[in-house]
Amino acid sequence: MSGPGPYRLPAGGRIDRTRPLAFTLEGRQLGGYAGDTLASALLGNGLTLAGRSFKYHRPRGFIAAGVEEPNGLFTLGSGGRATPNVPGTVVELFDGLVAARQNGSPSVDFDVMAVNSLLAPVLGAGFYYKTFMGPRRGSWMFYEPFIRRAAGLGRALHIADPDRYETRHAYADVLVVGAGPAGLAAACAAGRGGARVVLVDQDSEAGGSQLGEAADGPEEAWRRERLAELAAMPGVELLLRTTAFGLYDGNTVGLIERRDAHQPDPARGEAREVLITLRAKAIVFATGAIERPLVFGDNDRPGVVLAGAAQTYLERYAVALGRQAVVATNNDRAWYSALSLAEKGVGVTVVEQRATVDSQLLARAESARVAVLLGSRPLYAIGARQVEAVVVEAAGKELRLGCDVLGSSAGWAPVVHLSSHTGIRPVYRADIDAFVPGGHAATHCSAGAANGSLSGWDAVTEGHEAGLRAARIAGHEPGTRTAVLPDSPARTYAFETARIPELPRRGKAFVDFQGDVTLKDVHGAHQEGYVSVEHLKRYTTLGMGTDQGKTSNVNAVGVMASLRHLSVPEAGTTTFRPPYTPITVGALAGRSVGHHFRPIRRSPLHDWHVANGATMIEAGPWLRAWWYAWAGSTIEKAYVEEMRHVRSAVGIADVSTLGKIDVQGPDAAEFLNRVYVNGFAKLPVGKARYGVMLNDDATVLDDGTTARFDDTRYFMTTTTAQAAEVMSHLEFLLQTAWPELDVAVTSLTDQWAGMSVAGPRSRQALELALPGHDFTDAALPHMGCRQIEVDGIPLRVLRLSFSGELAYELYAPADYGIALWTRLLGSAAPLGIRPYGLESLASLRIEKGHAAGLELDHRTTLDDLGLGKMASREKAFVGRELRLRPALQDPERWSLVGLECLESGKRLRGGSILFAAVEPQKGHGRGYITSVTWSVELQKYIALGLYDGGLKNVGQEVVCAFPLKGEQVRARVVSPVFLDAKGERLHV
Amino acid sequence: MLRIPCPHCGERDFTEFRYAGDASKVRPAHGTDDLQAWHDHVYLFDNPKGPHREYWQHVLGCRQWLVLERDTATNTVIGSRLARDRVRA
Repeated sequence: MSGPGPYRLPAGGRIDRTRPLAFTLEGRQLGGYAGDTLASALLGNGLTLAGRSFKYHRPRGFIAAGVEEPNGLFTLGSGGRATPNVPGTVVELFDGLVAARQNGSPSVDFDVMAVNSLLAPVLGAGFYYKTFMGPRRGSWMFYEPFIRRAAGLGRALHIADPDRYETRHAYADVLVVGAGPAGLAAACAAGRGGARVVLVDQDSEAGGSQLGEAADGPEEAWRRERLAELAAMPGVELLLRTTAFGLYDGNTVGLIERRDAHQPDPARGEAREVLITLRAKAIVFATGAIERPLVFGDNDRPGVVLAGAAQTYLERYAVALGRQAVVATNNDRAWYSALSLAEKGVGVTVVEQRATVDSQLLARAESARVAVLLGSRPLYAIGARQVEAVVVEAAGKELRLGCDVLGSSAGWAPVVHLSSHTGIRPVYRADIDAFVPGGHAATHCSAGAANGSLSGWDAVTEGHEAGLRAARIAGHEPGTRTAVLPDSPARTYAFETARIPELPRRGKAFVDFQGDVTLKDVHGAHQEGYVSVEHLKRYTTLGMGTDQGKTSNVNAVGVMASLRHLSVPEAGTTTFRPPYTPITVGALAGRSVGHHFRPIRRSPLHDWHVANGATMIEAGPWLRAWWYAWAGSTIEKAYVEEMRHVRSAVGIADVSTLGKIDVQGPDAAEFLNRVYVNGFAKLPVGKARYGVMLNDDATVLDDGTTARFDDTRYFMTTTTAQAAEVMSHLEFLLQTAWPELDVAVTSLTDQWAGMSVAGPRSRQALELALPGHDFTDAALPHMGCRQIEVDGIPLRVLRLSFSGELAYELYAPADYGIALWTRLLGSAAPLGIRPYGLESLASLRIEKGHAAGLELDHRTTLDDLGLGKMASREKAFVGRELRLRPALQDPERWSLVGLECLESGKRLRGGSILFAAVEPQKGHGRGYITSVTWSVELQKYIALGLYDGGLKNVGQEVVCAFPLKGEQVRARVVSPVFLDAKGERLHV
Repeated sequence: MLRIPCPHCGERDFTEFRYAGDASKVRPAHGTDDLQAWHDHVYLFDNPKGPHREYWQHVLGCRQWLVLERDTATNTVIGSRLARDRVRA
């Protein structure tokens, strides 16, 4: 006779009946107790339907009571706080919890997609890929969104998460992962010796498997004693609700502590989760084991659960999953689950694979009125939304056993995930038919069920030994106290290797519940020739869900091994990778969100820009003045006006972001001569020179100007983008290649504020602002440099030009940057001096054909940029030899050209693909546009680009295609120097 | 998290460093005009399993370039010294 399914017992368990809690499931008000999980509360309310399956939309219930749960996934909370895909088995119930089941359309209780169940014969593994990848490219792209929606997990959100997540770094002598009997014993043993111990457990309570045992047994007294002992030790930290999700190099463990999940209250101000990066001298893995389900027909019907889960719901949460149970197994451990059910009044039949079992166990079963079928196995379950019966084979006959809960156990798989993360493969132990941690790094040990020892007694002994060892590794002498053992009734843990499941005569036999992968799919994968378990996984999606196959991988490996006539260790396991359980992106991001996503660098002149109408823009890590309001109300108007102003009067721009490097020493000239392609050995004091540096492979690394201020002292500037790269490059050469050179390099980027004063009136501006100093051609010729003193402040003045106009770069100590800037603006006001921003700065150089960041992409060579003539023939320089390779000298290489727009009313765009006007526009084209501007001088759009054969094509017409906007614009190849080819403007 | 012993600053997280590849090769002398030697130096690298020497720079510390010996199979750090010392030795 089958009963009505799950119900709450009137007494017992570890729940607090004095603290009732109210929560809602899809709007429906339900009740539970403090100490419940969402899963136990739902079951306590008699609700068995926890969700619909991924592919076939079959009704599913909870099969587990812990993190391994594959079926019962929920979306918790609402708005920005909603979190999808959380197993109900790990959610602590709290007052006001809002939960919704997933993957039902319109609802989990009535799901139209369940029709997929009827299509099942065609929906096997590989179906989607085979059908929708199709012969036509792109068909998968078309179908994928529909398929994904039909096969839904929870939805990710596009709403900002209002909660705060924190990051913490921590240290321990000994980290113990798992606070079950082994972990508690290990932490106590290590702590007694004075070691600094961190003990973590993903559960809300310490105790591990003991929490699934009777709450009044001898183990419970032992557990409480250990917790009291740990609490009294000052060097021991117990972190509950904390998952060790990954093990990394150097004994670094990633931990997520859930601070707020069980009592959310934004007003309290607690971080929702904390990501802890913990380093430990020694680690004890006491991570426990996960029960394997049996594979038989329709083994996914609600009410078919893991035998241990049925026990845990009963003993911990006082929820009986039914009134009539069948426990199908191959091992003694499941018999104790059966006995536990029987003691609480559930009718139990044990369906045991073995022909004989321990006589004492049989006697205990008999006295508990547990019916026993030896040498038997389940064939298929009966029932739709709730299991009603199971057909078993016993002594060659088939029997139908009525039941409303069916617990299955094919043995226990140690949790070897964490200890395998650094690449140590788990090893198979035939005596327990399971994989255990595969040897350890010198600072690791494992204990208890994680080590293959299911007995609580063994776990405590092993945990104690592991704790002592770990403490010694960490340099503590933990003393000689022996383990304190719980006075536990003797148990046996005999088993027989689980039979390899056979394809059921009736129903579907699920191996992976979350991925809806059946035994037939695994056979199919084998028939298709997928021989490795890694291929099996990818073909069938087995083990690829949010549960990562915690209940399915071991069974799948067994089936695959048998199909291939291999032993289990020969078939092997898939690779274990972090995270052990899903972790939120919020926890990983911590406080590095929004404004704090990455550090921001500000120029010493930043505050002035912001206060004086600048619109700022991110340029790498820098915030730079983009354009100023004085010049127009939009970027398009303003940068053109700023350009016009520089070309006709005088402008001032902030160039503090340029890399600045002090190069000093007796060999500085020789050093510069080696790193630049052009000669620097004879640069006189008081002069600056433009130089280009190559990488070893002859691509251009950077360009910039270096000025010589005295015999042994140079001031190098680099581009903003490559400043750090150049600094490291110089240090690398000095320290690894040429240690004989007596040169020191020091970054001065943050120490000097820089500003460019450009335009035909720039000399007058300097003369007005810095009276008493001579800026005439004779005193400061083009490419001249001087250090002057103004009001006791040293300033560096370089006469050089990026814009093509008469121009100066002035450098002041960073603290005096704004003083110099405002002095220039104030004193030169009669000349109409105005600030100009990054956009016009970059546009002025395009008119002059100066290559900059967009052209210096570490793929272009000196010759590509039209700078080949700069390379010295008199000396060696970095990159000289490899520059001469034939492919780099090929005249057909993409190289720098100018482009002028031939269509008025249309614009050129950066990134446009270039085609010859006469050819069809197919493929990747003959080059692309790197930089674009409106030319004030030419009154048309102009651009720089890289083009096949470069300047050989001057005069040729091209089409600039921008497929993203469907644009095609005609342009002509011209010299990249659009303006003042002779450089006369530099000498006004 | 890989930890790197800096001869100046002590053991630090690898995030303070930048990596620059194989340090087991000798750079051709400056001015060497042997194209093949430069080609081999720039492009040809072994990918050994086991102990390997590589360049790291302590960019967020003393800015010194180190030669770090690391087991590529286990990520175990075997030792480090200043690149400058190695070149002079």
